[in-house]
Amino acid sequence: MLKSGNNIMLIEIQNLNVAYGRKKVLENVTLTLGKNEIVTIVGPNGSGKTTLFKAIIGSIPIKSGSVVIKQNLKIGYVPQVLNIDRSLPLTVERFLKLAKNRNDQGFLRAQQVLDSDDLLSSQISNLSAGQLQRVLLGHALMNEPDVLMLDEATRGLDQPGSAAFYKKIEEIRETTGCSILMISHDLHVVMSASNRVICLNGHICCQGEPKSVAASPEYASMFGSKVEGTLALYQHNHSHERKGA
Amino acid sequence: MLDDFMVRAALAGMGVALAAAPLGCFVVWRRMAYFGESTAHAALLGVSLSLMFEFSVFLGAIFVSLLMTSLVTLAQGRSLFLDTLLGVAGHMSLATGLVVVSFISGVRIELMAYLIGDILSVSKTDLLLIWIGLVIVLVLLFWRWSALLLCTLNEDLAASSGLNPRRESYTLTIGLAIVVAVGIKVVGVLLIISMLIIPAASARSLVSTPEKMAVFASLIGMLSAILGLNASYVFDTPTGPSIVCVASLIFIITLALSFFVEQFSAVVKNKKES
Repeated sequence: MLKSGNNIMLIEIQNLNVAYGRKKVLENVTLTLGKNEIVTIVGPNGSGKTTLFKAIIGSIPIKSGSVVIKQNLKIGYVPQVLNIDRSLPLTVERFLKLAKNRNDQGFLRAQQVLDSDDLLSSQISNLSAGQLQRVLLGHALMNEPDVLMLDEATRGLDQPGSAAFYKKIEEIRETTGCSILMISHDLHVVMSASNRVICLNGHICCQGEPKSVAASPEYASMFGSKVEGTLALYQHNHSHERKGA
Repeated sequence: MLDDFMVRAALAGMGVALAAAPLGCFVVWRRMAYFGESTAHAALLGVSLSLMFEFSVFLGAIFVSLLMTSLVTLAQGRSLFLDTLLGVAGHMSLATGLVVVSFISGVRIELMAYLIGDILSVSKTDLLLIWIGLVIVLVLLFWRWSALLLCTLNEDLAASSGLNPRRESYTLTIGLAIVVAVGIKVVGVLLIISMLIIPAASARSLVSTPEKMAVFASLIGMLSAILGLNASYVFDTPTGPSIVCVASLIFIITLALSFFVEQFSAVVKNKKES
Protein backbone atom coordinates (compact mmCIF):
# COMPACT_ATOMS: atom_id res chain seq x y z
CA MET A 1 0.00 0.00 0.00
CA LEU A 2 2.79 2.36 0.94
CA LYS A 3 4.11 2.79 -2.56
CA SER A 4 4.45 5.74 -4.80
CA GLY A 5 5.93 5.08 -8.20
CA ASN A 6 8.84 2.71 -7.83
CA ASN A 7 9.92 4.02 -4.48
CA ILE A 8 8.85 2.36 -1.25
CA MET A 9 7.39 4.90 1.16
CA LEU A 10 8.68 4.63 4.72
CA ILE A 11 6.76 7.52 6.22
CA GLU A 12 3.62 8.98 4.72
CA ILE A 13 1.90 11.96 6.33
CA GLN A 14 -1.42 13.18 4.96
CA ASN A 15 -3.12 16.47 5.91
CA LEU A 16 -1.75 16.36 9.43
CA ASN A 17 -3.20 18.78 11.96
CA VAL A 18 -1.82 19.09 15.48
CA ALA A 19 -2.93 21.52 18.16
CA TYR A 20 -1.83 22.22 21.73
CA GLY A 21 -5.07 23.23 23.35
CA ARG A 22 -6.59 25.85 21.08
CA LYS A 23 -3.27 26.75 19.50
CA LYS A 24 -2.80 25.21 16.07
CA VAL A 25 0.78 24.05 15.64
CA LEU A 26 0.63 22.09 12.42
CA GLU A 27 -1.89 22.72 9.67
CA ASN A 28 -2.48 20.43 6.72
CA VAL A 29 1.02 19.05 6.55
CA THR A 30 1.52 16.45 3.83
CA LEU A 31 4.92 14.84 3.58
CA THR A 32 6.48 11.59 2.46
CA LEU A 33 9.84 9.99 3.04
CA GLY A 34 10.91 7.32 0.59
CA LYS A 35 13.67 4.76 0.76
CA ASN A 36 17.15 6.26 0.46
CA GLU A 37 15.84 9.81 0.52
CA ILE A 38 17.24 12.72 2.47
CA VAL A 39 14.59 15.25 3.42
CA THR A 40 15.46 18.39 5.35
CA ILE A 41 12.89 20.45 7.20
CA VAL A 42 13.78 24.08 7.81
CA GLY A 43 11.80 26.77 9.55
CA PRO A 44 11.99 29.43 12.25
CA ASN A 45 11.63 28.72 15.97
CA GLY A 46 8.13 27.69 16.90
CA SER A 47 7.28 26.64 13.38
CA GLY A 48 6.29 23.14 14.46
CA LYS A 49 9.36 21.21 13.30
CA THR A 50 9.84 19.32 16.54
CA THR A 51 6.07 18.83 16.85
CA LEU A 52 6.13 17.18 13.43
CA PHE A 53 8.84 14.81 14.69
CA LYS A 54 6.84 14.07 17.83
CA ALA A 55 3.81 13.24 15.68
CA ILE A 56 5.91 10.82 13.61
CA ILE A 57 7.29 8.95 16.63
CA GLY A 58 3.82 8.96 18.18
CA SER A 59 4.59 10.89 21.34
CA ILE A 60 1.80 13.45 20.88
CA PRO A 61 -1.82 12.99 19.84
CA ILE A 62 -2.80 14.22 16.37
CA LYS A 63 -5.99 16.18 15.76
CA SER A 64 -6.74 15.03 12.25
CA GLY A 65 -5.04 13.58 9.21
CA SER A 66 -2.85 10.52 9.20
CA VAL A 67 0.70 9.47 9.91
CA VAL A 68 1.45 6.09 8.35
CA ILE A 69 4.74 4.42 9.20
CA LYS A 70 5.89 1.33 7.31
CA GLN A 71 5.47 -1.79 9.41
CA ASN A 72 8.45 -2.71 11.57
CA LEU A 73 10.26 0.44 10.53
CA LYS A 74 13.37 0.91 12.65
CA ILE A 75 13.89 4.54 13.58
CA GLY A 76 17.16 5.97 14.80
CA TYR A 77 16.40 9.19 16.63
CA VAL A 78 19.01 11.87 17.28
CA PRO A 79 17.64 14.34 19.83
CA GLN A 80 18.92 17.87 20.42
CA VAL A 81 20.06 17.28 23.97
CA LEU A 82 20.17 14.79 26.80
CA ASN A 83 18.74 15.71 30.19
CA ILE A 84 21.89 14.68 31.91
CA ASP A 85 23.88 16.44 34.57
CA ARG A 86 26.67 15.30 36.82
CA SER A 87 24.24 13.60 39.19
CA LEU A 88 23.78 10.77 36.69
CA PRO A 89 26.97 8.77 36.12
CA LEU A 90 26.80 7.30 32.63
CA THR A 91 29.56 6.12 30.35
CA VAL A 92 29.24 6.40 26.59
CA GLU A 93 29.28 2.62 26.27
CA ARG A 94 26.44 2.14 28.78
CA PHE A 95 24.42 4.82 27.01
CA LEU A 96 24.90 3.16 23.61
CA LYS A 97 23.80 -0.17 25.06
CA LEU A 98 20.59 1.36 26.41
CA ALA A 99 19.31 1.38 22.81
CA LYS A 100 16.43 -0.97 22.19
CA ASN A 101 16.76 -3.70 19.52
CA ARG A 102 20.47 -3.10 19.25
CA ASN A 103 22.72 -5.55 17.44
CA ASP A 104 26.46 -6.12 16.99
CA GLN A 105 26.56 -4.62 13.52
CA GLY A 106 24.89 -1.50 14.91
CA PHE A 107 27.42 -1.28 17.75
CA LEU A 108 30.23 -1.52 15.17
CA ARG A 109 28.73 1.34 13.17
CA ALA A 110 28.27 3.39 16.32
CA GLN A 111 31.94 2.90 17.20
CA GLN A 112 32.95 4.03 13.72
CA VAL A 113 30.96 7.21 14.22
CA LEU A 114 32.62 7.86 17.58
CA ASP A 115 36.01 7.98 15.86
CA SER A 116 37.90 7.03 19.00
CA ASP A 117 37.86 4.06 21.31
CA ASP A 118 38.65 5.91 24.51
CA LEU A 119 35.39 7.82 24.12
CA LEU A 120 33.53 4.62 25.08
CA SER A 121 34.63 4.81 28.71
CA SER A 122 34.14 8.58 29.02
CA GLN A 123 31.38 10.04 31.15
CA ILE A 124 28.63 11.59 29.01
CA SER A 125 28.53 14.70 31.21
CA ASN A 126 32.19 15.41 30.37
CA LEU A 127 31.80 15.38 26.59
CA SER A 128 32.19 18.40 24.35
CA ALA A 129 29.27 19.43 22.13
CA GLY A 130 30.85 17.77 19.11
CA GLN A 131 31.60 14.54 20.97
CA LEU A 132 28.06 14.43 22.36
CA GLN A 133 26.61 14.79 18.87
CA ARG A 134 28.69 11.87 17.67
CA VAL A 135 27.57 9.79 20.65
CA LEU A 136 23.91 10.63 20.02
CA LEU A 137 24.34 9.70 16.36
CA GLY A 138 26.07 6.48 17.42
CA HIS A 139 23.15 5.64 19.74
CA ALA A 140 20.73 6.12 16.84
CA LEU A 141 22.72 3.64 14.73
CA MET A 142 22.66 0.86 17.34
CA ASN A 143 19.52 -0.78 15.90
CA GLU A 144 20.65 -0.43 12.26
CA PRO A 145 17.82 1.98 11.50
CA ASP A 146 15.87 2.27 8.24
CA VAL A 147 15.32 5.95 8.96
CA LEU A 148 17.55 8.39 10.80
CA MET A 149 15.66 11.30 12.32
CA LEU A 150 17.83 14.23 13.38
CA ASP A 151 16.36 17.07 15.42
CA GLU A 152 18.67 20.06 14.98
CA ALA A 153 21.61 17.74 15.39
CA THR A 154 24.18 20.46 14.74
CA ARG A 155 22.96 22.80 17.43
CA GLY A 156 25.90 24.02 19.46
CA LEU A 157 28.43 23.14 16.78
CA ASP A 158 30.38 25.77 14.90
CA GLN A 159 30.14 25.85 11.12
CA PRO A 160 33.11 23.59 10.32
CA GLY A 161 31.75 21.27 13.03
CA SER A 162 28.31 21.08 11.43
CA ALA A 163 29.87 20.65 8.01
CA ALA A 164 31.87 17.66 9.25
CA PHE A 165 28.75 16.30 10.93
CA TYR A 166 26.70 16.55 7.72
CA LYS A 167 29.50 14.82 5.85
CA LYS A 168 29.28 11.97 8.33
CA ILE A 169 25.52 11.71 7.79
CA GLU A 170 26.08 11.44 4.06
CA GLU A 171 28.62 8.66 4.57
CA ILE A 172 26.16 6.78 6.75
CA ARG A 173 23.48 7.06 4.09
CA GLU A 174 25.89 5.75 1.48
CA THR A 175 27.10 2.78 3.51
CA THR A 176 23.83 1.72 5.17
CA GLY A 177 21.27 2.94 2.67
CA CYS A 178 19.05 4.40 5.37
CA SER A 179 16.75 7.33 4.73
CA ILE A 180 17.27 10.59 6.54
CA LEU A 181 14.74 13.06 7.85
CA MET A 182 16.25 16.04 9.54
CA ILE A 183 15.39 19.35 11.08
CA SER A 184 17.54 22.41 10.77
CA HIS A 185 16.79 25.77 12.27
CA ASP A 186 19.50 27.24 10.16
CA LEU A 187 17.95 28.49 6.96
CA HIS A 188 21.32 29.05 5.36
CA VAL A 189 22.94 25.70 5.84
CA VAL A 190 21.29 22.60 4.51
CA MET A 191 22.80 19.57 2.93
CA SER A 192 23.24 19.79 -0.76
CA ALA A 193 22.65 16.05 -0.74
CA SER A 194 19.06 16.61 0.37
CA ASN A 195 16.58 15.28 -2.11
CA ARG A 196 14.05 17.75 -0.84
CA VAL A 197 14.03 20.76 1.41
CA ILE A 198 10.74 21.52 3.10
CA CYS A 199 10.11 24.89 4.59
CA LEU A 200 7.74 24.68 7.49
CA ASN A 201 5.99 27.44 9.35
CA GLY A 202 2.90 25.80 10.78
CA HIS A 203 2.06 24.84 7.24
CA ILE A 204 4.43 23.89 4.44
CA CYS A 205 5.48 27.17 2.78
CA CYS A 206 7.49 25.66 -0.01
CA GLN A 207 9.54 22.65 -0.92
CA GLY A 208 11.87 21.45 -3.60
CA GLU A 209 15.38 20.38 -4.44
CA PRO A 210 17.93 22.54 -2.68
CA LYS A 211 19.72 23.20 -5.95
CA SER A 212 16.55 24.27 -7.62
CA VAL A 213 15.81 26.65 -4.80
CA ALA A 214 19.19 28.25 -4.42
CA ALA A 215 22.80 27.19 -4.46
CA SER A 216 25.89 29.22 -3.97
CA PRO A 217 29.37 27.74 -4.38
CA GLU A 218 30.89 30.85 -2.77
CA TYR A 219 29.11 30.05 0.46
CA ALA A 220 30.28 26.45 0.41
CA SER A 221 33.85 27.48 -0.20
CA MET A 222 33.79 29.40 3.05
CA PHE A 223 34.04 26.10 4.86
CA GLY A 224 37.19 24.96 3.11
CA SER A 225 37.85 22.49 0.35
CA LYS A 226 37.43 19.39 2.51
CA VAL A 227 33.74 19.88 2.92
CA GLU A 228 33.11 21.34 -0.46
CA GLY A 229 29.76 20.37 -1.79
CA THR A 230 28.48 19.28 1.57
CA LEU A 231 26.90 22.61 2.26
CA ALA A 232 24.68 24.70 0.13
CA LEU A 233 23.20 28.07 0.60
CA TYR A 234 19.49 28.01 0.73
CA GLN A 235 18.31 31.51 0.17
CA HIS A 236 14.94 31.91 1.68
CA ASN A 237 12.73 34.46 -0.01
CA HIS A 238 9.31 33.39 1.10
CA SER A 239 7.30 35.24 3.66
CA HIS A 240 6.98 33.53 7.00
CA GLU A 241 3.59 35.07 7.60
CA ARG A 242 1.21 32.25 8.21
CA LYS A 243 -1.74 32.01 5.93
CA GLY A 244 -4.92 32.85 7.73
CA ALA A 245 -3.16 33.34 11.05
CA MET B 1 14.37 -14.11 66.36
CA LEU B 2 11.57 -11.85 65.13
CA ASP B 3 10.33 -11.59 68.70
CA ASP B 4 13.17 -9.25 69.51
CA PHE B 5 12.05 -5.68 68.79
CA MET B 6 15.61 -4.66 67.90
CA VAL B 7 15.80 -7.37 65.22
CA ARG B 8 12.43 -6.31 63.82
CA ALA B 9 13.59 -2.68 63.83
CA ALA B 10 16.82 -3.56 62.01
CA LEU B 11 15.00 -5.59 59.36
CA ALA B 12 12.42 -2.83 58.90
CA GLY B 13 15.09 -0.16 58.56
CA MET B 14 17.11 -2.19 56.07
CA GLY B 15 13.98 -3.03 54.07
CA VAL B 16 13.00 0.60 53.70
CA ALA B 17 16.57 1.65 52.90
CA LEU B 18 16.87 -1.06 50.27
CA ALA B 19 13.68 0.04 48.52
CA ALA B 20 14.29 3.76 48.88
CA ALA B 21 17.89 3.94 47.67
CA PRO B 22 17.61 2.76 44.03
CA LEU B 23 14.34 4.66 43.60
CA GLY B 24 16.08 7.64 45.17
CA CYS B 25 18.65 7.54 42.35
CA PHE B 26 15.88 8.35 39.88
CA VAL B 27 14.58 11.03 42.23
CA VAL B 28 18.04 12.63 42.12
CA TRP B 29 18.58 12.20 38.37
CA ARG B 30 15.13 13.50 37.44
CA ARG B 31 15.15 16.25 40.08
CA MET B 32 12.03 14.89 41.70
CA ALA B 33 12.97 15.69 45.31
CA TYR B 34 10.04 18.06 45.69
CA PHE B 35 7.76 15.52 44.05
CA GLY B 36 8.83 12.98 46.67
CA GLU B 37 8.38 15.50 49.47
CA SER B 38 4.82 16.24 48.37
CA THR B 39 4.05 12.54 48.02
CA ALA B 40 5.12 12.12 51.64
CA HIS B 41 2.97 15.07 52.78
CA ALA B 42 -0.03 13.62 50.99
CA ALA B 43 0.59 10.33 52.76
CA LEU B 44 -0.04 12.03 56.11
CA LEU B 45 -3.60 12.81 55.02
CA GLY B 46 -3.91 9.13 54.14
CA VAL B 47 -2.68 8.21 57.61
CA SER B 48 -5.17 10.56 59.30
CA LEU B 49 -8.07 9.24 57.25
CA SER B 50 -7.18 5.65 58.00
CA LEU B 51 -6.94 6.44 61.72
CA MET B 52 -10.38 8.08 61.56
CA PHE B 53 -12.10 5.32 59.63
CA GLU B 54 -9.98 2.56 61.16
CA PHE B 55 -8.41 0.87 58.17
CA SER B 56 -4.84 0.03 57.21
CA VAL B 57 -2.44 2.97 57.50
CA PHE B 58 -0.35 1.51 54.66
CA LEU B 59 -3.25 1.41 52.24
CA GLY B 60 -4.50 4.85 53.29
CA ALA B 61 -1.07 6.36 52.72
CA ILE B 62 -0.55 4.67 49.34
CA PHE B 63 -4.04 5.54 48.13
CA VAL B 64 -4.01 9.23 49.07
CA SER B 65 -0.47 9.90 47.85
CA LEU B 66 -1.13 8.18 44.51
CA LEU B 67 -4.39 10.10 44.12
CA MET B 68 -2.67 13.43 44.86
CA THR B 69 0.29 12.86 42.57
CA SER B 70 -1.91 11.56 39.73
CA LEU B 71 -4.21 14.60 39.93
CA VAL B 72 -1.24 16.96 40.02
CA THR B 73 0.44 15.23 37.06
CA LEU B 74 -2.78 15.50 35.03
CA ALA B 75 -3.30 19.15 35.92
CA GLN B 76 0.27 20.31 35.31
CA GLY B 77 1.03 22.74 32.53
CA ARG B 78 -2.54 24.03 32.17
CA SER B 79 -1.85 27.26 33.98
CA LEU B 80 0.63 26.46 36.73
CA PHE B 81 3.87 24.55 36.79
CA LEU B 82 4.33 21.22 38.48
CA ASP B 83 6.27 22.44 41.50
CA THR B 84 3.64 25.05 42.36
CA LEU B 85 0.85 22.50 42.08
CA LEU B 86 2.85 20.02 44.14
CA GLY B 87 3.43 22.67 46.79
CA VAL B 88 -0.27 23.45 46.95
CA ALA B 89 -1.49 19.84 46.93
CA GLY B 90 1.23 18.51 49.25
CA HIS B 91 0.79 21.13 51.95
CA MET B 92 -2.98 21.07 51.57
CA SER B 93 -2.85 17.34 52.32
CA LEU B 94 -0.46 17.85 55.22
CA ALA B 95 -2.62 20.58 56.79
CA THR B 96 -5.85 18.69 56.20
CA GLY B 97 -4.27 15.59 57.69
CA LEU B 98 -3.30 17.46 60.85
CA VAL B 99 -6.77 19.00 61.14
CA VAL B 100 -8.50 15.66 60.61
CA VAL B 101 -6.40 14.07 63.34
CA SER B 102 -7.43 16.76 65.84
CA PHE B 103 -11.02 15.47 65.58
CA ILE B 104 -10.00 12.01 66.71
CA SER B 105 -9.46 11.78 70.44
CA GLY B 106 -6.34 10.13 71.75
CA VAL B 107 -4.25 10.00 68.55
CA ARG B 108 -2.54 13.34 68.92
CA ILE B 109 0.48 11.78 70.55
CA GLU B 110 0.46 8.93 68.06
CA LEU B 111 0.70 11.45 65.23
CA MET B 112 4.24 12.34 66.26
CA ALA B 113 5.12 8.72 65.52
CA TYR B 114 3.90 9.13 61.96
CA LEU B 115 5.80 12.39 61.49
CA ILE B 116 9.21 11.12 62.60
CA GLY B 117 8.59 7.38 62.65
CA ASP B 118 8.55 4.82 65.44
CA ILE B 119 10.75 1.99 64.26
CA LEU B 120 10.97 0.33 67.66
CA SER B 121 7.25 -0.43 67.62
CA VAL B 122 7.31 -2.22 64.25
CA SER B 123 5.13 -5.33 64.49
CA LYS B 124 5.54 -8.58 62.56
CA THR B 125 2.69 -7.48 60.28
CA ASP B 126 4.40 -4.13 59.65
CA LEU B 127 7.60 -5.96 58.83
CA LEU B 128 5.81 -8.22 56.37
CA LEU B 129 4.21 -5.20 54.66
CA ILE B 130 7.57 -3.39 54.47
CA TRP B 131 9.24 -6.36 52.80
CA ILE B 132 6.31 -6.90 50.40
CA GLY B 133 6.60 -3.23 49.45
CA LEU B 134 10.35 -3.65 49.03
CA VAL B 135 9.92 -6.62 46.68
CA ILE B 136 7.32 -4.77 44.57
CA VAL B 137 9.54 -1.69 44.24
CA LEU B 138 12.65 -3.70 43.37
CA VAL B 139 10.81 -5.84 40.81
CA LEU B 140 9.30 -2.71 39.20
CA LEU B 141 12.68 -0.99 39.02
CA PHE B 142 14.55 -4.05 37.79
CA TRP B 143 11.94 -4.68 35.09
CA ARG B 144 11.76 -1.07 33.85
CA TRP B 145 15.36 -0.05 34.55
CA SER B 146 16.62 0.57 30.99
CA ALA B 147 13.32 2.07 29.86
CA LEU B 148 13.32 4.46 32.82
CA LEU B 149 16.91 5.48 32.15
CA LEU B 150 16.14 6.19 28.51
CA CYS B 151 13.04 8.23 29.47
CA THR B 152 15.14 10.16 31.97
CA LEU B 153 17.72 11.01 29.31
CA ASN B 154 15.29 12.10 26.63
CA GLU B 155 11.57 11.38 26.32
CA ASP B 156 11.50 11.68 22.53
CA LEU B 157 14.41 9.29 22.25
CA ALA B 158 12.44 6.84 24.38
CA ALA B 159 9.23 7.37 22.39
CA SER B 160 11.06 6.76 19.11
CA SER B 161 12.02 3.29 20.32
CA GLY B 162 8.43 2.45 21.19
CA LEU B 163 8.32 3.37 24.88
CA ASN B 164 5.60 5.44 26.51
CA PRO B 165 7.44 8.00 28.70
CA ARG B 166 4.31 8.95 30.66
CA ARG B 167 3.60 5.37 31.58
CA GLU B 168 7.23 4.79 32.52
CA SER B 169 7.33 7.81 34.81
CA TYR B 170 4.13 6.63 36.44
CA THR B 171 6.11 3.55 37.49
CA LEU B 172 8.22 5.90 39.58
CA THR B 173 5.13 7.60 41.02
CA ILE B 174 3.81 4.22 42.15
CA GLY B 175 7.22 3.26 43.55
CA LEU B 176 7.39 6.52 45.50
CA ALA B 177 3.94 6.03 46.99
CA ILE B 178 4.93 2.52 48.14
CA VAL B 179 8.25 3.64 49.63
CA VAL B 180 6.57 6.52 51.46
CA ALA B 181 3.88 4.22 52.84
CA VAL B 182 6.35 1.61 54.13
CA GLY B 183 8.75 4.28 55.35
CA ILE B 184 6.21 6.06 57.55
CA LYS B 185 6.64 3.59 60.40
CA VAL B 186 10.45 3.73 60.13
CA VAL B 187 11.45 7.37 59.61
CA GLY B 188 8.07 9.14 59.27
CA VAL B 189 6.64 11.37 56.55
CA LEU B 190 8.93 14.28 57.38
CA LEU B 191 12.13 12.31 56.92
CA ILE B 192 11.31 9.66 54.31
CA ILE B 193 12.53 11.86 51.46
CA SER B 194 15.97 11.85 53.07
CA MET B 195 16.13 8.04 52.82
CA LEU B 196 15.51 8.50 49.09
CA ILE B 197 18.00 11.20 48.26
CA ILE B 198 20.82 11.13 50.84
CA PRO B 199 22.12 7.59 50.08
CA ALA B 200 21.85 8.27 46.33
CA ALA B 201 23.68 11.56 46.68
CA SER B 202 26.40 9.91 48.81
CA ALA B 203 26.89 7.15 46.25
CA ARG B 204 27.28 9.55 43.33
CA SER B 205 30.92 10.44 43.88
CA LEU B 206 31.96 6.80 44.25
CA VAL B 207 30.66 5.36 40.98
CA SER B 208 30.77 5.55 37.19
CA THR B 209 27.55 3.85 36.07
CA PRO B 210 23.87 4.22 37.08
CA GLU B 211 23.67 0.57 38.19
CA LYS B 212 26.63 0.91 40.55
CA MET B 213 25.08 4.08 41.95
CA ALA B 214 21.91 2.15 42.81
CA VAL B 215 23.88 -0.66 44.47
CA PHE B 216 26.12 1.68 46.48
CA ALA B 217 23.13 3.80 47.51
CA SER B 218 21.40 0.67 48.81
CA LEU B 219 24.48 -0.34 50.80
CA ILE B 220 24.86 3.15 52.26
CA GLY B 221 21.15 3.25 53.11
CA MET B 222 21.30 -0.09 54.93
CA LEU B 223 24.48 0.86 56.77
CA SER B 224 22.80 4.09 57.91
CA ALA B 225 19.79 2.14 59.15
CA ILE B 226 21.91 -0.26 61.22
CA LEU B 227 24.28 2.37 62.61
CA GLY B 228 21.43 4.80 63.29
CA LEU B 229 19.49 2.16 65.16
CA ASN B 230 22.50 1.31 67.32
CA ALA B 231 23.29 4.97 67.95
CA SER B 232 19.73 5.62 69.09
CA TYR B 233 20.02 2.64 71.47
CA VAL B 234 23.31 3.81 72.93
CA PHE B 235 22.51 7.53 73.16
CA ASP B 236 18.77 7.12 73.77
CA THR B 237 17.83 9.35 70.83
CA PRO B 238 14.79 9.13 68.49
CA THR B 239 15.57 6.36 65.99
CA GLY B 240 14.27 7.78 62.69
CA PRO B 241 16.19 11.06 63.03
CA SER B 242 19.29 9.11 64.21
CA ILE B 243 19.23 7.03 61.00
CA VAL B 244 18.98 10.18 58.90
CA CYS B 245 21.82 11.80 60.87
CA VAL B 246 24.09 8.82 60.16
CA ALA B 247 23.14 8.94 56.46
CA SER B 248 23.95 12.65 56.37
CA LEU B 249 27.29 12.00 58.04
CA ILE B 250 28.16 9.40 55.39
CA PHE B 251 27.17 11.95 52.73
CA ILE B 252 29.53 14.55 54.18
CA ILE B 253 32.36 12.01 54.41
CA THR B 254 31.99 10.81 50.79
CA LEU B 255 31.73 14.40 49.60
CA ALA B 256 34.94 15.35 51.44
CA LEU B 257 36.69 12.18 50.22
CA SER B 258 35.82 12.82 46.59
CA PHE B 259 37.00 16.42 46.96
CA PHE B 260 40.38 15.31 48.32
CA VAL B 261 40.76 12.56 45.71
CA GLU B 262 40.08 15.13 42.98
CA GLN B 263 42.62 17.56 44.44
CA PHE B 264 45.17 14.80 44.91
CA SER B 265 44.85 13.45 41.36
CA ALA B 266 45.14 17.00 40.02
CA VAL B 267 48.40 17.45 41.95
CA VAL B 268 49.76 14.10 40.70
CA LYS B 269 48.82 15.04 37.14
CA ASN B 270 50.58 18.40 37.43
CA LYS B 271 53.72 16.75 38.76
CA LYS B 272 53.79 14.26 35.91
CA GLU B 273 53.42 17.01 33.37
CA SER B 274 56.15 19.22 34.80
